[in-house]
This record gives sequence, structure tokens and C-alpha cells, in this order.
Amino acid sequence: MKSIIKTFALLFTIFSLTIACAPSEKGGNQGAISGNAAEKVYVAPGELDEFYAFVSGGFSGQLAVYGLPSGRLFKVIPVFSVDAEKAWGFNEETKPMLNTSHGFIPWDDSHHPDISQTAGELDGRWVFINGNNTPRIAKIDLTTFETTEIIEIPNSAGNHSSSFVTENTEYVVAGTRFSVPYPQRDMPISEYKGNFKGALTFISVDPKTGGMDIAFQIMMPGFNYDLSHPGRGASHGWFFFTTYNTEEAHSLLEVNASQNDKDFIAAINWKKIEEYVKNGGGTKAPANYAHNVYDEHTHTATSTMKKEVLIVNPADVPGAVYFMPTPKSPHGCDVDPSGEYIVGSGKLAAELTVHSFSKMIKAIEEKKFDGDAYGIPILAYDAILAGSVKQAGLGPLHTEFDGLGNAYTTFFISSEVVKWKLGTWEIVDRKPTYYSVGHLMIPGGNSRKPFGKYVLAMNKITKDRYLPTGPEVTQSAQLYDISGEKMELLLDFPTVGEPHYAAGIAADIVAKNSKKIYKLEENKHPYAVKSESEAKVVRNGNEAHIYMTTIRSHFAPDNIEGIEVGDKVYFHVTNLEQDYDVPHGISIIGANTSELLIMPGQTETFIWEPKQVGVWPFYCTDFCSALHQEMQGYVRVSAKGAGVPLKFTLDGDPLKMP
Amino acid sequence: MSLTMFWFRQNNLLQKIMRIISIIAALVLSMSILGCGNEKSEGNSAQPVQKVEQEKVVSDPKTDKGVGPITSITLGEIDPALVEQGKALFTSKCSACHKIDKRFVGPPLKGITEKRTPEWIMNMILVPDKMVAENEEAKKLLAEYLAPMANQSLTEEEARALLEYFRTEK
Repeated sequence: MKSIIKTFALLFTIFSLTIACAPSEKGGNQGAISGNAAEKVYVAPGELDEFYAFVSGGFSGQLAVYGLPSGRLFKVIPVFSVDAEKAWGFNEETKPMLNTSHGFIPWDDSHHPDISQTAGELDGRWVFINGNNTPRIAKIDLTTFETTEIIEIPNSAGNHSSSFVTENTEYVVAGTRFSVPYPQRDMPISEYKGNFKGALTFISVDPKTGGMDIAFQIMMPGFNYDLSHPGRGASHGWFFFTTYNTEEAHSLLEVNASQNDKDFIAAINWKKIEEYVKNGGGTKAPANYAHNVYDEHTHTATSTMKKEVLIVNPADVPGAVYFMPTPKSPHGCDVDPSGEYIVGSGKLAAELTVHSFSKMIKAIEEKKFDGDAYGIPILAYDAILAGSVKQAGLGPLHTEFDGLGNAYTTFFISSEVVKWKLGTWEIVDRKPTYYSVGHLMIPGGNSRKPFGKYVLAMNKITKDRYLPTGPEVTQSAQLYDISGEKMELLLDFPTVGEPHYAAGIAADIVAKNSKKIYKLEENKHPYAVKSESEAKVVRNGNEAHIYMTTIRSHFAPDNIEGIEVGDKVYFHVTNLEQDYDVPHGISIIGANTSELLIMPGQTETFIWEPKQVGVWPFYCTDFCSALHQEMQGYVRVSAKGAGVPLKFTLDGDPLKMP
Repeated sequence: MSLTMFWFRQNNLLQKIMRIISIIAALVLSMSILGCGNEKSEGNSAQPVQKVEQEKVVSDPKTDKGVGPITSITLGEIDPALVEQGKALFTSKCSACHKIDKRFVGPPLKGITEKRTPEWIMNMILVPDKMVAENEEAKKLLAEYLAPMANQSLTEEEARALLEYFRTEK
């Protein structure tokens, strides 16, 4: 009997195996996902994504690069936080990038990436991103996908309404979330009102090199400046910043900053201020802030402390700054592709407020004011209102646009994305997010020409959406197809850090400019060696400088003697490779720092201070070739004063001309 | 299979029938498992393997031009300026793996222009990946030296300069 059961069991197994062999339906009905969603995000092996998504890492301090629609992660670009994998902030060349007026800072909170624009359209040259905690703006070069410049923002704190660009990248802005005493000084916190100021900083961007420089700081009343967006088209020349805490509370803000029924969107006519400054306006004030620049040819960063900044008092430039009353605690302030509508997301308000730029101009001309705040005119609410989206959801946060007359707004509290129509303000569709969505991104959604195919929603909480990983679980992004009347959820994918905000661009604009190698002949690193014959070890007191080269699959020199305990040993390593995708890595036992990861044609340096006598190996840490395991060497460390002569060889020979 | 056999040690009629069913079942099972693969099964398939008569490539290093962008080079008098340029390039881009007189990561290069055609040398410099995949002589070298030659992204002009330098190292 037993065997009968077993036989049938066997037959059943065969049957199920046969079933398993049949091609399964793609997609299937999985919760919110329907139809051919899987097909829409499937990028076959070897094929390339249609869009780049640059997603900030929030408290990771970095910027992650994903492909859309697949959601595949390509690179995490280190920006404000050290990254041992890429030696960012660990090697001698990049340490200056993290210098500030507070010294070396290994971490920050990265928030709002924005891609450079020309004539209001994304040009794909640079990504700017703000460090929130110790105020800084960074620039990432999209030929190398590396952070090449970081500028500290003085007189600022909680650098949050940043780092958005004007339509020709004339400026990138950095607005302070926390107002602070200006000038910074020892004073009672209770004397906040009137003494604390909110700096809105305009950083000019050199159109050729991308070089950043603080052009001016507008010293605004002591509110909290939360987010901002540039005017475009007709409103080009203006910048809009949301404010909250117009009560100027300094404690228990969740109650005390929720007293007024409206806060403001500050409308800044930066062209007017630019002209004022050009004519000698503003006051040069002492300051102390770091400007860090990475040079692609020396492969090295330098940090310069700047000592002065130009301050503009808005009261001195009549007609340059206005306040637009907006229902309570607006977060996002988003400008549609035409530049006419400014959407204010009052996160404690029942409806979404949309201001009209043309009405604003008219109200200014007709002086339709409702008093002033610190001398800045407050525009009459009814005179500037274009309309409002009624009962849109709870906790509106951020709106982007598809370029076809539709707007998409996230709602944090009700966890949804809502599609609505500009002009008629009617709601077209709503889709849930999983869960607590913050910002959203349509590639090009903050420009004159959005690529209105997908929207990416970025969630703060995922709870049950993924396999649990202890108390800390992943955060996520969700991709929706927005090419139809109704949105369609296509994909959930986990992200690096908090996916706070993102900018996206069509891949073909960027990919063609991506650099493959650094040319060896353009390497101007002071410790570079361009051929093995130049490799050497030079002693200078207790410092030993190793000028080393790498190529598949050996180091030169790879046997070094004459190093002593107490020496400071510099490994200056040049990768002689000139082929795409052949980096080499290096580290040595006991190094109190990270590995180096050296791109073809690049030179990087780490310091090793041997503490023990012995013969210590170093090796290539990046799998480079079939003979990667053979890529190694030894350093002989003798006791201090042992007098072992300095010797460096490869294959037993001193390094010399071939 | 041995487990299946184990089940049928006892000898009675029912079990004999069951045994036959089970053998058939096992056969179907193995066929269905084989059938699952998308890839062509190689070696042990029942179909006769078609033998392709491979033409034996007889390569003569003295005439073999290799594969790559260089199909024909005419050499003139040695150009000293080009030699200097080639020598400098050799030092920076090649000497980490090649020495003139000594076998190193790659072969010694003394007299290379007497052993190989100019076209072969330049193709090896310009497209080493293609050469070691498609050219018999290059394949032999890889088998001997094991380290695939690195592509140093040189231009045709630079490869030509290197060739000129090699002409002086006889």
C-alpha cells in the first residue's frame, strides 16, 4: 500500500514539474499591480534604461544613480559622507572636499538634487545637491559622476530650501530652514524675534566651468525657509521660497509654529537684486566658509577659506521681494512648465493652493497689499490666487508636472499620489503609495520640458512591503506609468538611505558624455608616475613616499625594504591602465584608513603608519583580471633605527628604463 | 533511481506492476527534467553530433597580418622623430609589462619586427582583445603567457610610432 502512495506521489510530482515547465503569465494580478506591469519595467540583460534617476540618500549624505524604468542601482556617488569603498574622504586627495569652517566633517544629510538647465530644459551637465546639516552645496560632474565642488554656506543653518537652479543655471540657490542670529553671536534664545535672520543665498555658476561662487545673500526675516523653485518662461527672473514658522517660535514648534492660519511663499525678483548688486548695492560682510574644488587633472581637491560675503537687505531693494500668503505650513512650492502657476502645498491645509504669476504681477502693479512683514509687502491672497484643488488628500507635499497640463502631488498623511488638471483644478486620478510618500519625481518635472512618462514616488516607510531586516527596514521608491489617463503602479524598489528627493533625465542626454578613462598624459598629480621606470621610494625624515604604479596584474615596486616602525608611509599609486573599466584597488595590512580605488590614469594616496616589525603584504582589492590573486607585494618593516637600506624592486630588479 | 529500486524489494504481483509503472514514471520524470532546459544540451544528447570538419589554420607569423583595423602598412626609411615618439610611448604605456631584452609579463620585444608583420604588431597593440580571441598566433601567446594583453587605448598613429621604435630594437 505504501508503495502505491509513493507511486502516486511520484506521478503527482511529475505532473507538477510538467506544469512548472509551462511558460508562466508575466505580471499576474499582484495587489495593486495589474496587467503587463512587469513587462513595462523589464529591461532585458544587456539592454539599457531609458532614464537616469539621481536619488538623494537623505541621511546617508550621498546621491544614488538608478536606471528607470528598471529601478536598477548603478552607482552611489559619495558627496557629503565618507565612503570607504571609494576612499572618498579617506584618501589624501579627497579629504579637503569635506573641509568646512567647523573642520573636517565626515557626514551630512543630502536632500534635493537638481540637474543643470539651459533655456529651461535639462542639459545634463551637472547635478547640484544640498547638505542640510552643515550648510553646503555640492556639484556633481556628469562626465565623471563624481563630486567636483562643494561650497559652504555662511549665515545659514539647516540648508533645506536648496539646491535648485534657475533656467539657465545662472544661479543655484541655498535657503536656510533654521534662522539664526545674524551676525552669529552669544545671545539669549528667547530674543529670537527680530534678531534671528533667514539667509537666502544665490550662488553663481560659471557657464563654462561650472565654478560656483556666492553672488549674494538676501537677509530675510527669521522664518523657516522650507523649499523653493525657480520661475520659468514668463516668471524667469523670479524665485519662490516657501516659509513656515512665520510666528518666529523657537520652541515646541509643532504647536507654536502652527498659530497663524497662513504662512508665506516669498517671491524673489533675483534679476532686480542682481542689477542692484551690479550697481554696487549690498554690504560686504566678514564671513568664514570653505570652498572646495576637485581638479580632474591633479586628481586632487583643494579647500580655500573665503572671508567675505555680500549681504543684501530686502528693504533696500524696493520691488524685489513680496510675500504670497499661503495656507498653513506650505512645504513644496512648485512652478509648472509654463511658469504661470506656483503650487503651494500647505501641509496642514485642507486644500492645495495655486497662485498665479500673472495675477501676482498685476497685484504688485495695483498695490493690492495686505500689510507687510518687516517692511516686505504681503500680497492680498484673493488677488493672486489662481485656484485650489479641493479635498485633494491629507498632507500635500510636492507637485511635479507632465508637460501635458497635468500635475501630480504627493500626500504624506494619506499616502497617495494625486493627479489633477492645471486650470480646472479637478482631480483625475489617485493611487496609493506604500507608505508615507515624501517627494516625487517626473524626469524633467522641474523644467519647461518634462519627460512625462513616469513618476517616481519616494516613500519614508515600508513596513510590510519587503522581507524584514530587524528594526530598521529599507525605504523605497515606487514607479508609476503616467502615460495614460490613469496612473499605473509598475514597480517598488528599495533605495540607499532615505530617498528624499530626485531628479531624472533622459539617458541619451547624459550617457554620451560619460568619460571612460582619465588620460595618463593629462595626469598632473604631483606624485604621479607615468611609467614603471619612474616608480621609486623617497625618504624624507620619517616620511617615506612610495611612487607606485599598477597595471594588470602587478604593482611596481612590489618589494620594498628599509621602512621602519614610526615611519609615515605614503602610498601614491598611479593606475597605468588606459582601458575602460579597469580600476585597481590597494590596501596594506594594518592601514588605519580605507582602500584606494584608482581609475585608469588616476593617482591616489593613502597613508600607512606601521606599528609592528615584520614583512607586511599589500594587494589589489578590486578584482582586475585572471591574475588578480597574484597582484600583491611586500613591505619589510624594521625596528626604528635598524638602518636597513631603502630598496625597492620588481622581479628582483631595481626599477629603471626598459 | 536506486531509491526507487529500494521501494520494490518485495516480490509480489502488485508490486511488480507498481514497479513497471514506477519505471515508466521515472523515465517520464527524467525526460521532463531534461525538457525544462532551454539551452541545447551538449554531449549526452541522443542526437548525433554533427561533425564540422574544421579547417586547420596554418599560420605563418611572417605573413600573418592578424585581425583588426590595420590591413596594410608600407614601411619606408626609419623616421628618427617617430622612433623617439614611439620610445616615449613604450616607456609610459607598455614597459610595465614588456621589456626589450627580457621575458616579463609579456614577451620580450627585441627583434619583434623580424618575427611578425607590421600589421600584426599594430593590430595586437590596437585590439588585443580581438586578437587573442580570433588570431591563432595571438591565442598561442596567451596560452603561453596567461596574462591577456591590456588595451591601452592608443591611436593608430601612436601604434605606428611604437612600430617605428620596435624597428630600431633588433
